[in-house]
Amino acid sequence: MEKMPKWADVVLIPVISLLLATILSAIVILAIGEDPIEAVNLMVTGALGSTYGWGYTLYYATNFIFTGLAVAVAFHARLFNIGGEGQAMLGGLGVAMVCLYVDWPHWSIALIAAALGAALFGAAWAAIPAYLQAKRGSHIVITTIMFNFIAAAFLNYMLVNVMRPQGSQDPATARFPEAVHLPTFQSMFSSAENIVFRGAPANISFFVALLACVAVWALIWRTRLGYEIRAYGHSETGAVYAGISPVRITIVAMLISGALAGLMAINNVMGEAERLVLNSTEGAGFIGIAVALMGRSHPFGVFLAAILFGFLYQGGAELALWTSIPRELIVVIQALVILFTGALDNMVRMPLEKLFLALRKGSA
Amino acid sequence: MDIFLTLIQVLDSTIRLATPLLLACLAGLYSERAGIFDIGLEGKMLMAAFFSAAVAAVTGSVWLGLLAGIAASLVLSALHGFASITFRGNQLISGVAINFLASGMTVLIAQSWFKQGGRTPSLFGQGRFESAEFPYAIGPEDAELTGRPVSELMSEANVPHLVYSELLSGHSILVYVAFLMVPLTWWILFRTRFGLRLRAVGENPAAVDTAGVSVVGLRYAAVAICGILCGIAGAYLATALQAGFVKEMTAGRGFIALAALIFAKWRPWHAMGACLLFGLLQAVALRFQNIDLGGVVIPVQVMDALPYILTVVILAGFVGKAIPPRAGGEPYVKER
Repeated sequence: MEKMPKWADVVLIPVISLLLATILSAIVILAIGEDPIEAVNLMVTGALGSTYGWGYTLYYATNFIFTGLAVAVAFHARLFNIGGEGQAMLGGLGVAMVCLYVDWPHWSIALIAAALGAALFGAAWAAIPAYLQAKRGSHIVITTIMFNFIAAAFLNYMLVNVMRPQGSQDPATARFPEAVHLPTFQSMFSSAENIVFRGAPANISFFVALLACVAVWALIWRTRLGYEIRAYGHSETGAVYAGISPVRITIVAMLISGALAGLMAINNVMGEAERLVLNSTEGAGFIGIAVALMGRSHPFGVFLAAILFGFLYQGGAELALWTSIPRELIVVIQALVILFTGALDNMVRMPLEKLFLALRKGSA
Repeated sequence: MDIFLTLIQVLDSTIRLATPLLLACLAGLYSERAGIFDIGLEGKMLMAAFFSAAVAAVTGSVWLGLLAGIAASLVLSALHGFASITFRGNQLISGVAINFLASGMTVLIAQSWFKQGGRTPSLFGQGRFESAEFPYAIGPEDAELTGRPVSELMSEANVPHLVYSELLSGHSILVYVAFLMVPLTWWILFRTRFGLRLRAVGENPAAVDTAGVSVVGLRYAAVAICGILCGIAGAYLATALQAGFVKEMTAGRGFIALAALIFAKWRPWHAMGACLLFGLLQAVALRFQNIDLGGVVIPVQVMDALPYILTVVILAGFVGKAIPPRAGGEPYVKER
């Protein structure tokens, strides 16, 4: 018999964790001498009060959907892929190479090619840690952390020494040609008299992200491979007994995870910056951890959590603009969300389980 | 003589740069030997760096700053212990959360207290750790007496005197503390009852529990020692190596320390070797940028990435296998 009804596990615990994180964040805002209610007002109007705000919120959310899915897929195989940041950086390199070195007739073909390039590079960057975990037992968390730093150094080298256009001081690639610029929400949804999402970076990759959510859902719950990944994540010995190869599942799950993290680059590199710059990922790889934890590793949960973090990001930028609260407030909120939904999960869970047990006894 | 002088100077800065790595690495050593993985070394150092610089700036006393840094780091350690020992949460996720918490809170508080864009005011005088000059070493006093710059006096000194003056003398007291911690850690871990139990709790907590020793207590003790050492490391960064706190000033040192810990296979003397090696890489990268080896240019980014690459190679087990403490990362449940 389960200790708790399923809805409590899926909805109640994340909501309570989020509530705790919110309360603590409010205390932090109070402590630095600002008004939390005023801050929430500003964030809501700034991030959700206009199509412009929504354009930014959804742009950030697109990044977080990809990195969140990446972490979630790895979680299903009980692997903690902390290397989404590095994989997304490499994904950016893949996108830049596809966009710069090939002449594309139309953005749609370029988008498919760039997505493949991004996924390929991201997966390749996850491949070595995956192989080392599967074959040599090197702890995936440590190797993926190391690979984040190696990726940063590698990207720095590529941008400064190889891909930087002649005569440019900026460690960045040249601008991508006009033909590969992706349609933004502004060009997609505006009519002649009513221009919406003006100047906001949200673009068609948002829909690619939604597709990715559906694809991951289908993969995890509707395919044989997904079943094997989940079985392996639940019990390695059980999976081995059922004839599932741990080596194969570890490597495949990490390749999918790396590919998803890499895919983020079609949004931030191809859709927004339209060139590859240093630090283009801006920590989105790490936010994927918070997003996956909050979303309980389910694509729909990841989608909701990504929208929430998109809102926090855009709202945080507005706060920094209008008050003296720095953007780093969002990092604190992110830390609290990871803390409560991840590390302190039992703190919320244990009393709830006791409560439900007591209720059940009462009704019996 | 010139090349030799350069070499000594590079080694000198190696020692300076290796110190925070060594302190953080030993901090991780205690924690991980007791079975608590800690990828939050970076966050604890950063928090300590901020609070030590902030308190030193406000009170003008670097010693109070050091205490504040240690206290701040201990608070995060307690949080880590709370999550991973008491509530048996995931130690890695807790470490990630602590890193973000430190990275956000330091800037938030710095902005609220000092309004200088997330930094503390520059420290001077009693607000910093001064360098400890050994007797008979060439130092600022000789420069004052002779009226010539120290560098000129150094280049004229004979070899042992130069090594003594430049390499051994003239570091902050925390540098000597860090290097003395190495034999002390070895002694504590391998020659005391506490150390034996601490290592046992990282290998087989059930056995320690059966012997009637508190697993929880030992693990909290290890996490607390880790907090103190990270606190000293952070204070060293902000009040000795540099004069004040700037945003993200740890710059991945916590992770390099983690790499060094694996590189050293969780042993104190080897940890010192690994930290000196990684410190040397940093010192060389700082001084030479791109290195030209007769036609083959080693870009500076290779130096930056080398500690991480070496660690991956070690982890892969191609050059001797790194085996972590057996119960590392596993919360201890009394009855299964």
